[in-house]
Amino acid sequence: MSVLTLSNVWKRFGDVEVLKGVDLTLEEHDVVVLIGASGSGKSTLLRTINLIEQVDDGQVILSGDDITDPRVNVDKARARIGVVFQQFNLFPHMKVIDNVTLAARRVHKWPADKARDKGVALLEKFGLGDKVDEYSDRLSGGQQQRVAIVRAIMTDPELLLLDEITSALDPMLVGEVLDLVRDLKEGGSTMLIATHEMSFASTVADRIVFMHGGRILETGTPEKIFSAPERPETQEFLARIMHR
Amino acid sequence: MTDGVPRVSWAPSDLEIARQHHRRKASGRSVLIALVSTLVFTAVVVVVLINSPGWESVKTTFFDFEVAKDSFPAVLEGLWLNIRVLFFATIGVAIVGTLLAVMRSLRGPVFFPLRALATIYTDLFRGVPVLIVLFLVGFGVPALDIVPRVPAAVWGTVAITLCYSAYIAEVLRAGMEAVHPSQRIAARSLGLSHAETLRVVVIPQGLRKVIPALMNDFVSMQKDVGLISVLGAVDAVRAAQIEVAVSYNFTPYVVAALLFVAMSFPVIRLTDHVSARMARREQSGGTV
Repeated sequence: MSVLTLSNVWKRFGDVEVLKGVDLTLEEHDVVVLIGASGSGKSTLLRTINLIEQVDDGQVILSGDDITDPRVNVDKARARIGVVFQQFNLFPHMKVIDNVTLAARRVHKWPADKARDKGVALLEKFGLGDKVDEYSDRLSGGQQQRVAIVRAIMTDPELLLLDEITSALDPMLVGEVLDLVRDLKEGGSTMLIATHEMSFASTVADRIVFMHGGRILETGTPEKIFSAPERPETQEFLARIMHR
Repeated sequence: MTDGVPRVSWAPSDLEIARQHHRRKASGRSVLIALVSTLVFTAVVVVVLINSPGWESVKTTFFDFEVAKDSFPAVLEGLWLNIRVLFFATIGVAIVGTLLAVMRSLRGPVFFPLRALATIYTDLFRGVPVLIVLFLVGFGVPALDIVPRVPAAVWGTVAITLCYSAYIAEVLRAGMEAVHPSQRIAARSLGLSHAETLRVVVIPQGLRKVIPALMNDFVSMQKDVGLISVLGAVDAVRAAQIEVAVSYNFTPYVVAALLFVAMSFPVIRLTDHVSARMARREQSGGTV
């Protein structure tokens, strides 16, 4: 069964149609990278999957469950999806460990020591062992984003959504975050990633999806998209972004 | 240091020494100006007071040490009632104010009645003078004859709680709205419900942003508990009034005033300290 199936997803903000019938499927362990200009609908697509935005038409199906059905408990659906944001969005009034374990304790009702043990283990695994009891705003951007990723994977979500997670980072710090994402791919996570980092996209993606004007224009392996894009829009986008 | 850069011991350059010298001179001058202007201002106030035609009679009716000494125990005992009222009113305000703030921030059509109720409440109780609320609650509610007789101070506490809850609710709501929406989104994305998001993420952060404002309202409440005297409760103000009636001298009011100031002083200083610390933390070292 597919982890994620989007069928004919539409989203409108007032008169502006941001998503115009998007279809996309992710199998287990798939890593799919969304590329496209700002305003092409990448972020909105991720937000509709996470039910932060309500779709205007179509379905989002998570492991067989239609989570766009109004009878679905949105909190339960969201708890099955991990999200990492461009601006980290850590909770500044909580320690790193409390950020990481919040959902495990409050939503998944794990015992506190089980949550802490797993949180500490994950933080140590990703080189954040000495930051466990720090407040998140004392960390560098790269460290904050790695904590945010640990927070998202803490409860082994079925799907991870990464929304331009390096766009707010100093170039020196991008690498440490992207290395972590590569580790997650090794670990078998199913991920849908929006990014402007083309070299990262080419190394981590099983499939690249090019979005333009709220539609998916072209899909393919990194080799195909980066060396022989078919659509003129894709060619133009890649030419612009590669020769900045 | 193990970064491979050779350590060089630093000695201030002539330029820096000249700058430090200039800063020391400038700050010395500032201190001198402050000192002189304070002395001159105090002298002017004293001279004007002492030379005013009615000073002698004001001195004997407001600042009579013997009367102050005699009335002090009674006024102090009255203040103890104010402190108890303040204690219970603070707890009441914290609960009712938070409830109102949360009610006003509820979304969705289901909650319209609660939201409307909270809005009307805060509009009403911020508009009506505290004194009138005291009269209505203190004389009106007992007149209904549905509650057993309780001391006037209890109704005073209720009235103060009703009024201040409305103010505190608005302050708390402002704090909650000042928390960036991305924080709510992050919490909801983890699967937290609306209520949990409020409780665990929004309220703790919102509260921090408005602590100086809340403490300021607390100081204001500290003196407004003196208004319960209009209901006949023998608090510091009422005790002073009784002493005035006995001695035909207004000094007991001054005694009560000084006691209220003494009561609020620690919180006022604490407020300043907390505000300064928060400002330091947020500016992190800037000089503007």
